[in-house]
Amino acid sequence: MTETELLMWARGPALQVATVIFLLGIMVRILEILVLGRKANLAEARGSAVAGGLRTIVTRSFPDRGTLQRSTFNIVAGYVFHTGFFVVLFLFAPHILVFRDLLGFGWPSIPTPIIDATTLVTIITLLAVLLHRVQDKVMRFLSRFQDYLAWFVTILPLVTGYLAFHRIGLTPPTLIAIHILSVELLMVVFPFTKLMHAFTLFMARYYNGAIAGYKGVNS
Amino acid sequence: MSNEKTLGEVLRQQGITRRGFLKFCAATASMMALPPSMVPRIAEALEKARRPSVIWLSFQECTGCTESLTRSHSPTVEGLIFNAISLDYHHTLQAAAGTHAELARTKAMEENYGKYILVVDGSIPVANPAFSTIAGISNLAMLEETAKGAAAIISVGTCAAFGGIPHANPNPTGAVAVSDIIKDKPIINVPGCPPIPVVITGVLAQFLTFGVIPELDALGRPLAFYGKSIHDRCYRRPFYDKGLFAETFDDEGAKLGWCLYKLGCKGPTTYNACATTKWNEGTSFPIESGHPCLGCSEPDFWDGGGFYKAISMPTGDITRTAVYAIGAGAAAGVALGAVNRARKARAQKAHERVTIEDLNKDS
Amino acid sequence: MSASFKRGINSFKEQMDAPVAAFFSSCVRCGLCSQACLFYTETGDPKYTPINKLEPMRRVWQQEYSFWGKLASALGISKPVTDAELTEWETLVYDSCTLCGRCSMVCPVGNDIAYMIRKMREGMAASGHAPEGLIGATQRAITIGSPMGVKLPALQAQIRHVEKDLGCTVPVDVQGVDYMLLLSSMEIMNFPEFIGAITRIFRHAGISWTISSQAFEATNSGIQIGVSEIAAELVERVVRAATELKVKYVISPECGHAYMAIRWEGPNLIGRPYDFKVVHILELLDELRTSGRLQTSGKETQRLTYHDPCQIARRGGVVQQPRNLLREVAADFVEMPEAGIMNWCCGAGGGVSANERADEIRLKAFIRKKKQLDEINPDALVSACSNCRIQLEDGLEENEMDIPVLSLTEIIADHLVEKEQKEGQQP
Repeated sequence: MTETELLMWARGPALQVATVIFLLGIMVRILEILVLGRKANLAEARGSAVAGGLRTIVTRSFPDRGTLQRSTFNIVAGYVFHTGFFVVLFLFAPHILVFRDLLGFGWPSIPTPIIDATTLVTIITLLAVLLHRVQDKVMRFLSRFQDYLAWFVTILPLVTGYLAFHRIGLTPPTLIAIHILSVELLMVVFPFTKLMHAFTLFMARYYNGAIAGYKGVNS
Repeated sequence: MSNEKTLGEVLRQQGITRRGFLKFCAATASMMALPPSMVPRIAEALEKARRPSVIWLSFQECTGCTESLTRSHSPTVEGLIFNAISLDYHHTLQAAAGTHAELARTKAMEENYGKYILVVDGSIPVANPAFSTIAGISNLAMLEETAKGAAAIISVGTCAAFGGIPHANPNPTGAVAVSDIIKDKPIINVPGCPPIPVVITGVLAQFLTFGVIPELDALGRPLAFYGKSIHDRCYRRPFYDKGLFAETFDDEGAKLGWCLYKLGCKGPTTYNACATTKWNEGTSFPIESGHPCLGCSEPDFWDGGGFYKAISMPTGDITRTAVYAIGAGAAAGVALGAVNRARKARAQKAHERVTIEDLNKDS
Repeated sequence: MSASFKRGINSFKEQMDAPVAAFFSSCVRCGLCSQACLFYTETGDPKYTPINKLEPMRRVWQQEYSFWGKLASALGISKPVTDAELTEWETLVYDSCTLCGRCSMVCPVGNDIAYMIRKMREGMAASGHAPEGLIGATQRAITIGSPMGVKLPALQAQIRHVEKDLGCTVPVDVQGVDYMLLLSSMEIMNFPEFIGAITRIFRHAGISWTISSQAFEATNSGIQIGVSEIAAELVERVVRAATELKVKYVISPECGHAYMAIRWEGPNLIGRPYDFKVVHILELLDELRTSGRLQTSGKETQRLTYHDPCQIARRGGVVQQPRNLLREVAADFVEMPEAGIMNWCCGAGGGVSANERADEIRLKAFIRKKKQLDEINPDALVSACSNCRIQLEDGLEENEMDIPVLSLTEIIADHLVEKEQKEGQQP
């Protein structure tokens, strides 16, 4: 296969398949959760469940001081790599072009040198996060194969994207093809792993806040 | 077509002064990124050069490469180099026709066996060699035959270097590049659709001066001209870095000369000298004229998903796929959710009331 | 009939709902819940990580309710939960978890882990994996009416003492009054002064109230052991009595899980709303304060701090009221670090104190509370749950800390303004 053929395959049929698995998988998992439903609460409410649920979706992003002190690395590193990943994914011009193709609209991009630096910071942070997962006794105890797989498919697009942008190692079409393929790998793996938390956390936080809000507690 | 006179003699005959000649040598040296100290060496070599025989074979081509090379309105370096060689066979430029033309070719091959330079433009059909013939001889046969005595082969244009437009999907003639057929001769690829004229002559000049193949990249192209991408030398690069793109061909951004990436420019993945050397004696190049780079010096640029789509874009209709996937996922999700509820209901039905007697297992 | 593994697994399946599925889907194994759990912080053993306590139930969810899990089961490549694993998890679910819910407050993806532990106990109990001590308490609660085996005569004896001390009657089985008071066995046996305190306060405030001889027990072993039908039966007794006596309110006393049982779980256990309201004694006292019916004088001068019982504050919603009340009667009230809804559990709630096997670990867990106290050095510790009181006293004694543990209600009662006896005030 020539490099152009590989690139065309990555941009074409492979992307179609990955998109189907990604979106279908996400819908299935979300609905599998929602359709289970929950029983109505017959106790007399003290506060609003809906308000509590919506509130916790936001406030749970801000840890309490004690937790922040006791788990500083986890929280800070987590925020850094998540933010970095989203900045690179959503604010880099060539990526926005793909979204515009998909959605019909785009948005302004930020200068590429900033994206470049952000990518490096994110990659380094992800490496630190892996080290921490292996060294911290609780995380090591809890971690399964899936946790390491999720880490791998997350860092791979960042690394391959960086190499493609800087044209390091192989010809540009090959590097771009590899980058696109690494994104497709992430898409295909996504619905089967904890990466689903990107969507399900809204439901989980909502239910948490609703249960507490009903009782008048801000969780 | 005598090649007994040296190049120096020919040039003087033409009225080229020593000063003009040295200017040419200096220009050549600087284009090849050679130090000024090499200029006397180039001058000496060219002065004494026996005009080597050059056989130019044109196969499945549009003649654009020849047009590019010969299109000039005033004496140019390109013109000078034609005086440095003995162009013994060229369809467009030769005076002879028919059997005499072919005789000229075979005679040049015999007389200069092992020493002549073979220049090829156009691709070679292999699905059925009869698709392209010259004097009844298929391109394939002529190439194989003529290559035998060549010192080196220069594949001019993307067709000869990589297959070009005939090679594009679905490639009905089975068009292939010279390097797909000839494996035992040094080949220099000079791609472009067409290549920049001075790139062709620069390669020839280097070969004449040093008698060796210039340093080539992984695709067999001279690094001197193909070592950097358009993107790396493009004057609009600051706009790319700042994220300022033309969205259409006539919007404000386009008028302000912003980057053409969003309009499908292949600059980042195209290696050629267009951004520095430019075209028509340095007049302009496609991007400067407001059109995205096509990537014409790269293999398979015709099959790259479209000239107006960036190289990283999806080729199919992703939106439709996404909508179908979400719809199918919703249906599947509801169905699976219903299965879950049924399972839960079954479990609830199977529930046996737990009393205080049931808290211990019977031992 | 007996408990069986099959019944346990079936119970897990019944417990699945959208929140549980959302929670299990979202866990990213970040470990933040461990540093919120006092059983982990005081032992350093990762198995006490809250989400780990749910592992068998998580596997059942995955294998029964997720598409790929079901596929893997069908293909025979998944690991079904075994009875041996449930045995191994018994101490994690019962001995080292008090349902305090602190983990539920810190999980970044929003998992309510305590909610799930409560559900997991249904399956553990049905499969015979509840702790012996808790089983005994539950059996006594159903057959005798109290997990500690306190019968009506014992209560009546305490009531007679109070009536003698105060010179007034404690109303029992009086119809048509506003409030019906519940009591926990712990209060009746260990802290009977509470009954006296309540009587004084209600007399002072002019509250019409009664105790029911048929249903005086506030505690609910059913929700601690995790058997909904048993919990429901215990709630039904209270509901029956309240309905018969035609009261407007039922008062939950100074007991943590009792409030959770009657206020929040109750109507859902019995499948219908009450025709009365439920208030915690702290809520009632604070209402009396704001409406001017509770008048206190004088203040405690010793340095006081307040321990928030988990089921009343974080899981129950009664947070500000005890503070309002304490400020009326304390000159030097100081908050311990992380007070309020993020306060640390005493270490003995959720059935842990009824489980002898857990004695060692609950005393270790107490060290978390000790660390909070060491930062503020109070003279006395106030709380509003008798079970917390016992555990706090145990822990303080074990660590040779000379800090008395006081009941908030009793402090209020001690500072009541003695009103002139109004005519016809006492029945």
